[in-house]
Amino acid sequence: MYRYDEFDHDFVQARVAEFSDQVERRLAGEITEDQFKPLRLMNGVYLQLHAYMLRIAVPYGTLSGKQLRMLGHIARKYDKGYGHFTTRQNIQFNWPALSDIPAILADLASVEMHAIQTSGNCIRNVTADHFAGAAADEIADPRPYAEILRQWSSVHPEFSFLPRKFKIAVTGAERDRAAIQTHDIGLHLKKNAAGELGFAVYVGGGQGRTPMVARKIRDFLPEADLLSYCTAILRVYNLNGRRDNKYKARIKILVHETGVEEITRQVEAEWQELKDAELKLPDADIRAIEAYFAPPSLADRPEGDEAVKLARLDSKGFSEWLDQNVVTHRHPDYAAVTISLKGIGEVPGDASASQMEAVADIAEKYAFDELRVSHEQNLILPHVARADLKAVYDALVDIGLATANSNLISDIIACPGLDYCALATARSIPIAQEISRRFASLERQREIGELKLKISGCINACGHHHVGHIGILGVEKKGTELYQVTLGGSADENTSVGEIIGRGFSSDEITDAIEQIVETYLGLRLDPHEKFIDAYRRVGPAPFKEALYAGEAKAA
Amino acid sequence: MKILTANRLSDGIAVWYANGGWVETVDHAELARDQAAEDLLEAIGAKAYADNQVVDVNLIDADIVDGVVEPVRLREKIRAAGPTVRGDVGKQAERTAQSD
Repeated sequence: MYRYDEFDHDFVQARVAEFSDQVERRLAGEITEDQFKPLRLMNGVYLQLHAYMLRIAVPYGTLSGKQLRMLGHIARKYDKGYGHFTTRQNIQFNWPALSDIPAILADLASVEMHAIQTSGNCIRNVTADHFAGAAADEIADPRPYAEILRQWSSVHPEFSFLPRKFKIAVTGAERDRAAIQTHDIGLHLKKNAAGELGFAVYVGGGQGRTPMVARKIRDFLPEADLLSYCTAILRVYNLNGRRDNKYKARIKILVHETGVEEITRQVEAEWQELKDAELKLPDADIRAIEAYFAPPSLADRPEGDEAVKLARLDSKGFSEWLDQNVVTHRHPDYAAVTISLKGIGEVPGDASASQMEAVADIAEKYAFDELRVSHEQNLILPHVARADLKAVYDALVDIGLATANSNLISDIIACPGLDYCALATARSIPIAQEISRRFASLERQREIGELKLKISGCINACGHHHVGHIGILGVEKKGTELYQVTLGGSADENTSVGEIIGRGFSSDEITDAIEQIVETYLGLRLDPHEKFIDAYRRVGPAPFKEALYAGEAKAA
Repeated sequence: MKILTANRLSDGIAVWYANGGWVETVDHAELARDQAAEDLLEAIGAKAYADNQVVDVNLIDADIVDGVVEPVRLREKIRAAGPTVRGDVGKQAERTAQSD
């Protein structure tokens, strides 16, 4: 894992001291809210419905056991005993007092964590494939590049006051698990014909009120040019991005209004000025950062096959979990494990302090002290010997985190919605819970197969509904919650934005409507191997509209 | 009818204006029944904001239900009670604890 060097330590400590002083002066009334608000936002402190909210950065979703244990400690000591993992691979606490935040930041700094740039019009936490370093299909680990971007973008003087927030994601495999095409910049790490590492560069993706799929502006950028090219993109955006209208200020609007050819031309022209200057990454520097992410030394554990075979016979629950939540590792004796934070009827992404502490123990004991937060709001153990899988499963059962539903309909992304969020227009979590309960049977979920359901409680789309195979958007209409359904969205290498299927549904109707959609799919799929998204792409919206609304048309 | 609400500066907890001060439950919030009373509440809110007692000050719609003040919009009902998905946190939990 990456370890802070002296510079990182000094930088974070200096920021803790600076913000602690600002909080103190705010509480003493020496600075006004108007003066303080931009300062608190730069340090991840929001004001939500019930209290302040603190968003803590988890760079590219990578955590150690010690760090997760500290998050549990913070939940217990300063909050209400739980935290919420987010789609930016971060964690949020919902109830911290402003007066406690300096102490929380000091605790975080002691384990090399902070809340810097988790808000504001700057470059946010760079996200990466949650199976990075473990995935069997990976060309190379994307995290060293995410770390280089983190160092470059932290309090970057030129890019701290952008027209709007800016999000970057990196993936190192053909199969995109980092949703790169929904980002302001998406980087696909790959090799060219000569076997050299570089990136396909995508620009202008995003969700919110105007969802757009990113456009590829370069098929291969040599790794040494990562920072100069990203700087060129940011410069073009910083200069030309719209500052007159918050809703048109993201780079996706600039790309859309300018046209991808012209944007590409501008970026390439800017890059010509930068590419051979100080931003060119020396190979030694890249390799030095890469060394921080060297995989753990994975000893051969060939006894795993037999152990797994026997344990399968012994436990149906283990067998189901193995099939659903365990994926192939690049080392045949190992596996990557998804710890579902989507227990049936639970709040998606929430974990209690004691769960965090227990997962930290498991990671230390069985997973080389490595953990990931996925953008799908689950936790990942990237390296577990197959011989240890049963022990890990048993430990997860003990803390209620062994639900075998990864990638199934109850593995729902949901934003906090109106239960917590000051921007929300409708609740998300109770809808997720009700759908989860409706489809509680894992047997039924497995029969349905891979289905990504995503729920947002307002048009800002934090719950990624636009790219859900089934997306649900909650809005307020005439004082009540109304839920709009989109179908056909996807956030992988074939990213697409879902289409609104028709009129919205009340909170009483929405779960029935989802069930109707699922039943329609089951009735029309060619065979059990045809996934929901593939079936939808084959048949289009008509059969689903018919199933949902035909009765109304006849009645009218 | 309107009531005055905000979040307390020091801890961000939702508060309402009642009996000449800021309280943690909505039940007995001071009601403005006409424009003059609304203007008065608004001035009180502006002063409390300027004095750094509270932030995010708003006048919101409210009714009287079963003898206590209740906000009209769902958003404000949730602020007054706590998350609907966790009865063990927020005002609702404190209320339960008090009645135990």
